[in-house]
Amino acid sequence: MSDTTTASPSGASVAFAQWLPRIEAVVIPLAALLGGLLVFSVFLLVLGKSPVDFYGLIYKAGFSTPFSWQNTLSRVSPLLFAALCVALPARLGLVVIGGEGAIVLGGLAAAVLGTMLIGAPSTLGLLVMAIGAAGIGALWIGAVGWMRFKRGVNETIASLLMAYIAIALMNHFVEGPFRDPASLNKPSTAPLPDSLRVGDMPIGIEVHWGFAVGVLACVLAWVLIDRTTIGFAARIAGDNVRAAQVQGLPVGKLIIGFTALGGAFAGLAGFFEASAIHGAANGSLVAGYGYTGILVAFLARHNPLAIIPVAILLAGFEASSGLIQRRMDLPDATILVMEGIVFVVLLFSETLYGKIAVFDPKFWGGRA
Amino acid sequence: MKRTSTLTRRHFLNSSVALGGAALASSLNPGQALAAADLTVGFIYVGPKDDFGYNQAHAEGAAAVKAMAGVTVVEEENVPETVDVQNTMESMINFDGAGLLFPTSFGYFNPHILEVAPKHPDVRFEHAGGLWTEGMPTNVGSYFGYIGMGQYLNGITAGHATKTKKIGFVAAKPIPQVLLNINSFLLGARQVDPEITCQVIFTGEWSLAVKEAEATNALADQGCDVITCHVDGPKVVIETAAARGAYVCGYHANQSPLAPEKYLTGAEWNWAGVYTDMVQTMLDGGTIDNFVRGGLAEGFIKMSPLGPAVSDASRKQFEATKAEILKGGYAVIKGPMKDNKGNVIAKAGESFVETDVALESMDYLVEGVIGSTS
Repeated sequence: MSDTTTASPSGASVAFAQWLPRIEAVVIPLAALLGGLLVFSVFLLVLGKSPVDFYGLIYKAGFSTPFSWQNTLSRVSPLLFAALCVALPARLGLVVIGGEGAIVLGGLAAAVLGTMLIGAPSTLGLLVMAIGAAGIGALWIGAVGWMRFKRGVNETIASLLMAYIAIALMNHFVEGPFRDPASLNKPSTAPLPDSLRVGDMPIGIEVHWGFAVGVLACVLAWVLIDRTTIGFAARIAGDNVRAAQVQGLPVGKLIIGFTALGGAFAGLAGFFEASAIHGAANGSLVAGYGYTGILVAFLARHNPLAIIPVAILLAGFEASSGLIQRRMDLPDATILVMEGIVFVVLLFSETLYGKIAVFDPKFWGGRA
Repeated sequence: MKRTSTLTRRHFLNSSVALGGAALASSLNPGQALAAADLTVGFIYVGPKDDFGYNQAHAEGAAAVKAMAGVTVVEEENVPETVDVQNTMESMINFDGAGLLFPTSFGYFNPHILEVAPKHPDVRFEHAGGLWTEGMPTNVGSYFGYIGMGQYLNGITAGHATKTKKIGFVAAKPIPQVLLNINSFLLGARQVDPEITCQVIFTGEWSLAVKEAEATNALADQGCDVITCHVDGPKVVIETAAARGAYVCGYHANQSPLAPEKYLTGAEWNWAGVYTDMVQTMLDGGTIDNFVRGGLAEGFIKMSPLGPAVSDASRKQFEATKAEILKGGYAVIKGPMKDNKGNVIAKAGESFVETDVALESMDYLVEGVIGSTS
């Protein structure tokens, strides 16, 4: 004991040592991102295209002018919610990939509730629609958690298959009971009145409130996971279910609660799609955001705060896809290839944690 | 609820991360040369532009426009019917200086085009299939063609080719445009032999290759020996049907390269003519009508060249009927006629000519079609 006290480093270097893992958690993904882009540059060179032009266009289309920011940020909202639907269950060790289903049903629920609320005060109407959308999303993904806990059904497969059921249900209701007879060639629910449409934020570019609510949701999810006992219990259960059960943690409630919360967020994505973008529910709700959300969550390593910048970056990539098609004569899948390469390099970088000397306190003369 | 303001945009520019961006953007702009053209025309597709179908038909139109002097064409494919297409339209306007846009998928119209158009009164938006009505932005137009007539002519060649007297139709969704095609296909075949029936299978989606293949196989299993379709990309249906030994009729574009021996004919869009006309009108400083419709006579649609399997009798009736249609005022739906549930849809002496707007809200399958709209 006396040995450790005498060799103990100064207060400043203790703080430094504490920060090392955090620096590591930022530097490694960033390096992986750059590494991925570098690998992709080789791919471009092989095709005879200039990487400089390519990344220049991404900057131009996604991040240069107010319109570029509008193009990028207007795509972010559903990605934030969809990523939370993956990240929250992931803290319990569950891989849920069927957020798409909750998004689609959330959009349907919001639009259908909206048609019943015509004439209601705007705030009340929107609140009911949002709660309905979150509720159906929570039920849908919560059911996946319930099946996992009660019946041991694999949550990955179950959530994916339930997404197909959700889409089929949405099609059935939109083309059947809730179809607006005036929607001839594109079956839709009745159009929402202006008072039940979510508007844009007053920031000068056309980005609807879903962005702000999505960011807020990410922050709240981070607080829940990192700053509450519930989140702590969830992380324990995620690391070792048996140990958690032995400790008397309510594993079942945690599993169902976290999946339901993730589903509720995905449902909100549907609410904003129906209310801010489409003004009705129809087949266009099936836009694949639930699947892009998986990529966002994994890139963010299931950290809700990291989801925000990652979603913005990915949205910027997708915003630039069109300009790249038009200017460089590359197919639209180019951006997907780039995202795929970045994803693979990032997964590979997971193996680097704890293996790079500079992130080890010993490297700086301290003791591990 | 949506707001537009140039003032606040400037505020954003001043206060945001975009500060240094504007300067760099202009130096990076490889599209400056584009501005030199008299008119930049943007085409937006919901799927791949080489899908042997809906999107390819539009892309062929774009290719014809590309060949015109003083015109620059920009294209983007696989654009979903979400905020994505709104961004793509604005991107073409902001970065490419597009003055005329053809967002071609049906789902782009409402709300997306109607949302973006009022913000850009100097840009013309032309949409395929939409129903422009009074009160919508005047810089928006909708155009479409009476392609049901093409399916009717398809039906005549099918009626001659079938031996089992059963023909098949793979359809996406039971919506008016599709129902009219199915009904026309059967009624064409019944001009040859009133005993013929048509089995229809709805896949539920515009582009779902696996289900399209399953549906085609199911039709072949039930003895259908001529098959056509109305899905976004007919490639899978045509190839599967031909592999099962059935004759095929095309749709949207010319699919004869996929099944040269089995291909009878096909109902094709002729967007090249329509688009070059519209672009020429713009170049001449004229205005395009907000609501445009046309058929075979107006050059909006065309038929694929008849294939080697088409008999002389078939060819004769095909050409004769086509000549009748070209005269105008031809009615496929004419009384007395019932739907396949026994309800009267046209009394004796009543007829719906191709231009009748009532056909654009069709909700029935005619007698002889085996299948259900719900």
